[in-house]
Amino acid sequence: MALTRSRLILILLLAAALALPTLAEWAGEPFYIRLATRILVFALAAVSLDLILGFGGMVSFGHAAFVGIGGYVVGILFAHQADGSTLFGLPGTTNALVVWPLAMLVGGLAALPIGAISLRTTGVPFIMITLAFAQMLFYLMTGLKAYGGDDGIALWSRSTLPAGPNLADHTSFYYVTLALLLAALVLGWRLVNSRFGRVIRGAKDNERRMGALGFPVTRYKLAAFVLSGMLAGLAGALLANATLFIGPQYLHWSRSGDLIVMVVLGGMGTLIGPVLGAAALLLLEEFVPEVMDLAHAGLGEHWKIVLGPVLLLLVLFARKGLWGLLAGSRAS
Amino acid sequence: MDTLLLVEQGLNGLQLGVMLFLMAAGLTLVFGIMDLINLAHGSFYMVGAYLTAALVPVLGGFLPALAAAVLLTALLGLVVEAVALRTLYRRDHLDQVLATFGLILFFNELVKILFGPVPIFLNPPAALAGTVDLWGLKYPAFRLAILGVGIAVAAFLWLLITRTRVGMLIRAGATNREMVMALGVDVRLLFGLVFALGCGLAGLAGAMAGPVLAVQVGMGEQVLILTFVVIVIGGIGSIRGALAGALLVGIVDTVGRALLPAGFRLVLDAASANAAGAAAASMAIYVLMALVLAVRPRGLFPAG
Amino acid sequence: MTRSLLALAPIVAPALALLAAPAAAEPVKVGMITTLSGPGAGLGIDIRDGFALALEHLGGKLGGQETTVVEADDQQKPDVAVGLANRMVERDRVNVVTGVVWSNLALAMMPTLAGGQTVFVSPNAGPSQLAGSQCNPWFFNVAYQNDTIHEAMGKHVQDAGFKKVYLLAPNYPAGKDSLAGFKRFYKGDVAGEVYTQVGQLDYAAELAQLKAAAPDAVFAFYPGGMGINFIKQYEQAGLKGSVPLFGPGFSFDQDILAAVGDAALGAKNSAQWSPDLDNAPNKRFVADFKAKFNRLPSMYAAQGYDAALLIDAAVKATGGAVKDKEKLRAAFKTARFDGLRGAPVRFNTNNFPIQTIYLREVVKGPDGAVTNRLAGTVFTDHADAYAKDCGLK
Repeated sequence: MALTRSRLILILLLAAALALPTLAEWAGEPFYIRLATRILVFALAAVSLDLILGFGGMVSFGHAAFVGIGGYVVGILFAHQADGSTLFGLPGTTNALVVWPLAMLVGGLAALPIGAISLRTTGVPFIMITLAFAQMLFYLMTGLKAYGGDDGIALWSRSTLPAGPNLADHTSFYYVTLALLLAALVLGWRLVNSRFGRVIRGAKDNERRMGALGFPVTRYKLAAFVLSGMLAGLAGALLANATLFIGPQYLHWSRSGDLIVMVVLGGMGTLIGPVLGAAALLLLEEFVPEVMDLAHAGLGEHWKIVLGPVLLLLVLFARKGLWGLLAGSRAS
Repeated sequence: MDTLLLVEQGLNGLQLGVMLFLMAAGLTLVFGIMDLINLAHGSFYMVGAYLTAALVPVLGGFLPALAAAVLLTALLGLVVEAVALRTLYRRDHLDQVLATFGLILFFNELVKILFGPVPIFLNPPAALAGTVDLWGLKYPAFRLAILGVGIAVAAFLWLLITRTRVGMLIRAGATNREMVMALGVDVRLLFGLVFALGCGLAGLAGAMAGPVLAVQVGMGEQVLILTFVVIVIGGIGSIRGALAGALLVGIVDTVGRALLPAGFRLVLDAASANAAGAAAASMAIYVLMALVLAVRPRGLFPAG
Repeated sequence: MTRSLLALAPIVAPALALLAAPAAAEPVKVGMITTLSGPGAGLGIDIRDGFALALEHLGGKLGGQETTVVEADDQQKPDVAVGLANRMVERDRVNVVTGVVWSNLALAMMPTLAGGQTVFVSPNAGPSQLAGSQCNPWFFNVAYQNDTIHEAMGKHVQDAGFKKVYLLAPNYPAGKDSLAGFKRFYKGDVAGEVYTQVGQLDYAAELAQLKAAAPDAVFAFYPGGMGINFIKQYEQAGLKGSVPLFGPGFSFDQDILAAVGDAALGAKNSAQWSPDLDNAPNKRFVADFKAKFNRLPSMYAAQGYDAALLIDAAVKATGGAVKDKEKLRAAFKTARFDGLRGAPVRFNTNNFPIQTIYLREVVKGPDGAVTNRLAGTVFTDHADAYAKDCGLK
């Protein structure tokens, strides 16, 4: 276990993540805990996408759909609890131990048929067919007035845990989110380096060869797709909690695009890359307008004219994404 | 539904399809020849519309403004290709997606700074502003013009690709890029020309759409997704596929919007039928795409 | 050492004096969360510019207090808007948040702002939820409850004697509320009720069906880009001359008129404001907005202006103690101001205005610009239909 550059960076990142709430409280700026929570949630969604995109070569352009589905599980059960009505004869609930696993389950169940059909294609058609399914769900939720339609569902409280940390407290919610992200990263790491992961990665490079070696490649890829959908569903459940809102805009194709940008920006095919990508994109979004306004009042309105070229330059000069840039050429 | 209405809806579908073809042709060419996914294709459509709107008062007419806008958009395409995209050809598709996404943000904001945030004015030329009587059917003259332009462009592309040397190189490039390079052709020039042609076509689409649709920031992305749907259904890289896909999408979308709400009214009460019909009509082309790809994963007319 | 301390005295003394000043000197901080990028940016920028003009007219002060405005772009995304609301409450510690354009964003931000006990002044979004069962003591709408504008058009079309009206709206809650509001006052036959895709570009299929149904009038709710597409295509289909087109003010406001020109001429629509409302503040607003921003103001710009006037009145009423959140909120409830409507704005129990709704007609102004002109009054002292479901007093 030599202390390589990449390991050192990982340790520093983890230390920073653990210390952040204390530092923010100490500085009297608890807002940064919320911002960091949002980053962690999007990081989880991006990691779930990278499991299929970076490692499996499956470019899902509809991944926001699974995030949205997870969010809607939380939102719909919240709404039923709030007005005391039932869904399929069952009452609504805000119990995190019920709704979060349910969000994963429903995300996975949605990913199963979508993946089964989409995996008949590869390349650009795969990108577009996953988009097609996401668009269908987007229009479905936009028109579904029973659950707010385009107005979405405003949540007046977070999910609750029967025992342990109080999720209404921002710091507790931050640490729970961090723990779930770390668990997903560990799971992802073990998965990628398992026999299953080697087949998926092998199929990315040469699907025919993996098939010839006797692996049921499509079934493996479908399993990865479903697992990715489950993790995205969990991210959605956390996003609904972090923003106290769920609406069809969370399923919009541009949000799927944001997730792809995060993965590519951070470095695809690495587990930590998507985390960096999520942080980078959200921090740019947060601070580029502010910095521009500082330079000249009113300039911040035009922040996207800076963000666009920054993304372009990052692609041109950081070929392996931010993680490649940080960890050096031997990053993996 | 009477015959006249059916004919009118058919024309509407064709016209929407032709409009989408103008966009799809350029995108599919660039993808087929250069292996480049250009999300910023919609930005050139927006630029074409804005330039036309801005040039009408300067040049005193729709036609000269349209011609100038198409040329300028093609020129802009040449510049963007040389400055930003040339280094991306050998890169991963996803790098291209990210880079051209950056270009979208840049162009949207640039247009907003230059022309203001409020949608700007562009109406059809006076000669095409009204309706034409087609054997009892009053049809918007400008929509017929769009139909005509679309058919002309399809014919032009067919001639260009089947009858000229450049066309031969394009066909060869689409099938086997390395071979064309080995032939000693100036690939840089060829790629630049193809990209400019694609951008010019997008600019033309924007100029023709401008009098019918809102000329506003972000108009490119609204049509970009539809364009991708079209070329994937048609088979990426194939002009023939783009035409077939565009017409199919145009007709399915139009007919879906015309018939689905009525269809739902047969089984549901009016209020639910209206909402369900609208939702189903919005999804129709995506269902179409999913069906086509499920049966023919490489689209209707796969290239190469 | 002593000498250098003495040298600092001229700087330190005023600073100490500032610290010792009475509470009345508390500066006002306003969070302007609105849409500054993307296709919806036109409306957000109008609100922002209208607000800025009002602040300029007030000498840079709200309620006589020093004022800073913190601006942020919500990108029309609910989660971004919530993140910004959090930032405004916890980091920038603003006294009031305003600027919101869209109903879904207002609904998304509500729990955060109410939780942070921050007054939320909506210059536009007025969804039925926030007017009725989910009304909130921290939420004030300075513009309208959406339905009231549609109701006015229903009443006008009914009174004008139309018997067979064709209705169109986008397929989202605001669209459904719109047609429901119209039908609350229109009692004739409905020749067709069509919901279209949100953000739809092409309306050829719907217009062909419409023509076949042969209605005697059309009511269409299409804000923003959808409105531009629809109005252009309505004229090009040859319908403009034969079937009169009605709509709420959202379908025919300045942001749309600038882009469609003559195609909208003659269309009647309803709003709580019109550029030719005959009162001194409004005349000044319209003239100065045009001079400063080189375009005609929309109703959204007027609403941004009114939002500033409301905050001004409320801050005045607190006597400057804006840090006392409950006191500030109470001051909004009782604030009295005229705004650009030329009459005192009065809030209902649900914190939405009870007001006059006018009929307007799209005309060509003397300078050739297409704009709205008053054509009558539809409602006076009109309250929205949801206030009865609101538990506030």
